[in-house]
Amino acid sequence: MLCEICGENEAVVHFTQVVDNKTTTMHLCEKCAAEKGLETKQPEGNLPLADFLAKTGGDATVSDESQGDDPKCPFCGLSFSAFKEAGRLGCPQCYSTFDSYLRGLLRRIHGGTQHVGKVYLPPDPSITEREKRLEALRRKLQRAISTEDFERAAEIRDQIKSLEPAR
Amino acid sequence: MDDLTTIPDFGLGWLDASGPESDIVLSTRVRLARNLQGNAFGPRARVNDRESVLRRVQEAKDQSQHLSGASLWQLAEVDRRTQRILLERRLVSNDLLSGRNGGPNQGAAVLLSAQDPLSVMVNEEDHLRLQSLLSGLRLSEAWGMVDRLDEELGQTLPLAYHHEFGFLTSCPTNVGTGLRASVLMHLPGLVLTKEIGRVLKGLNQVGITFRGLYGEGSEVVGNFFQVSNQTTLGKSEEDLIDHLDQIIRQVTKYERQARQVLLREAAGVTEDKIWRAYGLLRFARALSFEEMINLLSGVRLGAGLKLLPDLRVYTLNKIMIYSQTAHLEQAASKDLPPPECDAHRASFVRRILANEGVVSSEGEDHPES
Repeated sequence: MLCEICGENEAVVHFTQVVDNKTTTMHLCEKCAAEKGLETKQPEGNLPLADFLAKTGGDATVSDESQGDDPKCPFCGLSFSAFKEAGRLGCPQCYSTFDSYLRGLLRRIHGGTQHVGKVYLPPDPSITEREKRLEALRRKLQRAISTEDFERAAEIRDQIKSLEPAR
Repeated sequence: MDDLTTIPDFGLGWLDASGPESDIVLSTRVRLARNLQGNAFGPRARVNDRESVLRRVQEAKDQSQHLSGASLWQLAEVDRRTQRILLERRLVSNDLLSGRNGGPNQGAAVLLSAQDPLSVMVNEEDHLRLQSLLSGLRLSEAWGMVDRLDEELGQTLPLAYHHEFGFLTSCPTNVGTGLRASVLMHLPGLVLTKEIGRVLKGLNQVGITFRGLYGEGSEVVGNFFQVSNQTTLGKSEEDLIDHLDQIIRQVTKYERQARQVLLREAAGVTEDKIWRAYGLLRFARALSFEEMINLLSGVRLGAGLKLLPDLRVYTLNKIMIYSQTAHLEQAASKDLPPPECDAHRASFVRRILANEGVVSSEGEDHPES
């Protein structure tokens, strides 16, 4: 039997899923199974994300620095290997430390890396930060108006006003 | 330290079934994950990190309008039963209760707002988890509530934010908006007509995921599903909310259609199932939680189809929450090991149904008359 995904290689992994008494079976070759995160050996007791990370371990998107020794976050001391094991970052700084690896990971999880929601305004904002915040608030205002949520729109307008005089 | 008696009903506002579609969509929950600058995230946090976070949150709370009068519960100082009650009301997570020594970590806390159905978990996996919990399908409203609180807290607390990745979280699956919106749905029609598999598969394809009653890792029991957004980065909060809202409306419609199919194609079997479930709940002398929740599912379907017309959704919601172990123990003022607990559960359900859920069956005598 040929693999259901690539149709080229012999199917060696037979993956059966039971959802509410409905059984579906997929027949895959080793390569496609691995790409789907299926392995013939059962992973042991890891968190789902940790498994996912472990499986993407040989990926080319892993940053160069992680290839040699095990880099550590200078702030919290979390090592790259410990992150991959637990699937949790240690502190905000970790996002810079493991930046190149995380970009690949975020793309796989979320389909991209660019946040387009609320813009947080730090206590002492730069002009760019203020502009970005205003931009996001204006988008939000438009949306509130279009859904006729005028109470919300009024609130957002106040937030915009409080930022504008300083421009 | 506050005592549970000071807020006996906290987090239970949604039981009143006042929200739209509340026969199928029991509750809407929106949570935002936030972290403070300068401290390690939950899993790497030391005692002094957690204490510093808690101190800063307390200061922010004192300046907050939305949290004025809110009560702060330091979980390590709260007795085990109260901890479980907070868990059963979904105001705290299992994670928050199980720290390094088995119990809650020093500094693990929950803030319960005095006015709104708003709460904040402190020192969970993320420093802050803002949460609103409403009856029925009210995603925009629930989002608006946490959004306002977030705006306010963000003015006093320096949040961990990245110009590209957005709000930073301990787990990369939450980064960006940090928003997880979820609704608790009851979908017996889709399960009984065997359409559920297709629906769940469809959800996965549009970035929506589902879990059991108790969130991550929990099994689906009683045909109750928690449906939520899967991704948090790359879409605005409003887009995430709108998208989920549209999908939930669709699933609700399918569920209603499936129920009509049941009535049309299998009226006898469906009715029998519903009445059997009612009979067992009404008269059983011992009920495990799992059995109870499965029977409740049948009865809930009966109420939705107007086959058990006098039964209010409020009564069924109440049974669901108050028949959990810690709530029964609280009512009994003692620990209840399994066999005793099952008897207490059955007795509680019988009492509630006798008081609020008497249903007259076609032409038969009213059981209480």
